Amino acid sequence: MEHTVTSKARRSRTPGLFPRGRPGAWPIVSGLVALVLALPVLVIFAHVFLPAGDVWVHLRQTLLGEYVRNSLLLLFGVGVGVLVIGIPVAWLVSVCEFPGRRIFQWALMLPLAMPAYIIAYTYTGMLDFTGPVQALIRDITGLGYGQYWFPEIRSLTGAMLMLTLVLYPYVYLLTRAAFLEQSVCVLEVSRTLGSGPYSGFLRVALPLARPAVIAGLTLALMEVLADYGTVAYFGIATFTTGIFRTWYGLADPGAAAQLAAVLLSFVFILILLERWSRMRARFHHTSSRYSTLPRYQLRGWKAAAAVAACLIPVLLGFLVPAAQLTIWALRTTEQWLNPDFAGLVLNTFYLAALAAVIAVILALVLAYARRMEGGLITGLAVRVAGMGYAVPGTVIAIGVMLPFAWFDNTLDGFMRMHFGISTGLLLSGTLAALLFAYAVRFLAVSLQTVEAGLGKIKPSMDDAARSLGMRPLATLTRVHLPIMRGTLLTALLLVFVDVLKELPATLILRPFDFNTLAVRAFELAGDERLAESSSAALAIVLVGLLPVILISLTIERSRPGQTQRARARKRRTDDAPLALPAGAQAS
Amino acid sequence: MTEHPHQSARHAAEVVLDDVDVGYSGQRVVHAISLTLASGQIGCFLGPSGCGKTTLLRAIAGFEGVMRGEIRLNDHTVSRPGFLLAPEKRNVGMVFQDFALFPHLDVTGNIAFGIRGWKRAEREHRVRELLRLIGLSGYERAYPHALSGGQQQRIALARALAPRPQLLLLDEPFSSMDVELRTDLAHEVRGILRAEGTTGMLVTHDQNEAFAFADRIAVLNAGRLCQWDTAYNLYHKPADRFVAGFVGEGTIVSGRVCAEDCVETALGRIHGLLPGHFTEGSGVDVLVRPDDIELDNASGDIPAEVVSKAFRGADFLYTLRLRDGTELLCVAPSHDNYVVSDHVRLRLGFSHLVVFPRGKGGSEAS
Repeated sequence: MEHTVTSKARRSRTPGLFPRGRPGAWPIVSGLVALVLALPVLVIFAHVFLPAGDVWVHLRQTLLGEYVRNSLLLLFGVGVGVLVIGIPVAWLVSVCEFPGRRIFQWALMLPLAMPAYIIAYTYTGMLDFTGPVQALIRDITGLGYGQYWFPEIRSLTGAMLMLTLVLYPYVYLLTRAAFLEQSVCVLEVSRTLGSGPYSGFLRVALPLARPAVIAGLTLALMEVLADYGTVAYFGIATFTTGIFRTWYGLADPGAAAQLAAVLLSFVFILILLERWSRMRARFHHTSSRYSTLPRYQLRGWKAAAAVAACLIPVLLGFLVPAAQLTIWALRTTEQWLNPDFAGLVLNTFYLAALAAVIAVILALVLAYARRMEGGLITGLAVRVAGMGYAVPGTVIAIGVMLPFAWFDNTLDGFMRMHFGISTGLLLSGTLAALLFAYAVRFLAVSLQTVEAGLGKIKPSMDDAARSLGMRPLATLTRVHLPIMRGTLLTALLLVFVDVLKELPATLILRPFDFNTLAVRAFELAGDERLAESSSAALAIVLVGLLPVILISLTIERSRPGQTQRARARKRRTDDAPLALPAGAQAS
Repeated sequence: MTEHPHQSARHAAEVVLDDVDVGYSGQRVVHAISLTLASGQIGCFLGPSGCGKTTLLRAIAGFEGVMRGEIRLNDHTVSRPGFLLAPEKRNVGMVFQDFALFPHLDVTGNIAFGIRGWKRAEREHRVRELLRLIGLSGYERAYPHALSGGQQQRIALARALAPRPQLLLLDEPFSSMDVELRTDLAHEVRGILRAEGTTGMLVTHDQNEAFAFADRIAVLNAGRLCQWDTAYNLYHKPADRFVAGFVGEGTIVSGRVCAEDCVETALGRIHGLLPGHFTEGSGVDVLVRPDDIELDNASGDIPAEVVSKAFRGADFLYTLRLRDGTELLCVAPSHDNYVVSDHVRLRLGFSHLVVFPRGKGGSEAS
């Protein structure tokens, strides 16, 4: 009776966690999840093949050129900007020693917490005619309006600067990680071959880090394409603002979808470029020996220059705008010291938490599908489901809205015709639509984290638990769950924060009268009520700091040099008499 | 220690594989394996990578089903086609190649994982007892990541032994150890298994490990069992050419049977008892082990030339070439120091002959 009966031999090395005999369910489940999640993108692409309407023809003749030009210029400007800032600071903090280096290591990531649209209107408030900077200039010089020249922040250049300031951390983060994992041997060889610090950087370290640099650049550029808040606030005509204009102003969903399809093809070109560059340069470190390189000690003016190079991005990208937001928030306490604001915060947190739970559950399903079955369909499904992060929120919103509205209208029409009742809007304009869009967009975040966590549980651990008398379910609760707990919390947090910051999809899909912190901040700023919007913005920034802290902790913990060396040291003392008191190493 | 209720149920398993085929998705990986490992003995699956030894071990553990035949533990059938007793119900312990320690549990938690149903006092006693056995007392609260490879390995062993399994399986448990440590550890683990009185089965591709660990060794090649025997017999009475080549060093020299106890070869006439019956005049292959020939310039009668040599500490392993081009291996004490291309003389020192019929790879020679 106690026997498990099976007629099917199991595939080699698949962990014995779940009952055998029905591996067929995994590809179906994961395929369905992926198909549903791919729906918005499929809908958008389908519109490429639909006949073009009048609005689209009009767009193509008039505005499309401007959208393309502005978007390309923005991509180019931000691309140059993030490389110019990101690579040198990554090199400085990984290879040189100068005052404050350890602080800069994590401080340089702070701008990640600052959404682009928030920094944009913060700087606008500071640099506008009525802002403190110009007021100061007028006070000192005694000049009046129109009598002096001051750069216009609400411009394409301004948008490039704003986006660069908050997006350079992507390049910094990945490039630094690449520098840190470069094997000491390679760099030491370059030193013995006569390369000094600069030529060592240019000839060895940078080429080796190139895949990481390009990956960081791609991430930054995807954010540029996805950005709506900044360009909308600055009044720059790009794809995302164009889609909004077509959707709301021209009320032509078809043309908006076609515009979204063009934007999407830009994204895919970016992805392909990144893949292509990686294919040509896939570097493997030939040595697994790591150690921390002796850093170049910088002194005198060089040290000062290094400090300045690291301080300026942190100052402009985080400290100054955060300080301004704080000042505004302190001046407008009545804006946030009230139950209304508390309700808004609760509302937003509730939404973000719900979205995070959904994204993590879906990620668990897909990750386990891949672990259990690992066939072609499951693998493909996981990849498709993870692609949403590359798709701009605006595009996803349109892609969700169109089929949902179609479903509602069709159902409503059908019910009216046959039963004389109106079902109204069941899906569109509800939280369900919004949550679905979040799941599409942010599944990649949770999926990546969950897969990494699941990877830590080796199949042999399942087998070990089974051979020690655990049934499959007990293995799940006593081995997988405890090991995965930290990972799941991380995944929840990352999605939570991303949802909190999300603007364009929320703007399009939110139910009537439903507000989030991001929407509130953006709308108040749009009405030139900058100081009043600061409390919502500050709340987003503060919560946004959590993953930045998390990431910097993770990097510190996973530095290869330290663990490898520790392991080597332990091996040497292997089988030596035990000098350690019990519990000394427990952590 | 009769106060342990679980001890009464303890009995080392007799393992029987009866004509077993194992495979996945229709593909048979091992074929027609039959062997019996007596209760309390320590056995070993030895073979090159891909020979199916790990698959066989996993079939005994219950992670793979069998496509033909049966596996019996103490006369209970645990696997046959269409039936598979779940691994958690077999009372079989397993030590994994990567140890598979649970990273979220400390040493005590890991060892006690399989005995959480025991009474607290018994459980604690068992953990203490095992830690003493593996020489890691004092590490109760350490976490796996803070332990060295050798320590993790012993914790994995203790964890597998904790529920007093009737059979302990070890899947290349020493492969991640330093080479110098392996044989020592194999001896140590063997001692621990003996102390626990458990039947053991090891998988390895390293014959020294197998020799140090096992009472009986199954040599596997391409999914088939070549020989199930003691280490001594594998070396001195290999069942087929594969075993002869895989276990120990040696050279095959062709020859012709010239009498019931004599083979004519390039080395001259070799005298010794022939295994089995060979007709006079039939062509045969003779296995020449390095210790079957002696380097003796004074009284040797076979001239040869030194092709290469390898210093092995106490002795040299010379590769020698005879006049007709046949190359042989020969062990000589390291104070006989010849250089490459020296001319030397050999003497035969066969105590018994290992002979296979010419040109057939069959295993019926013995």
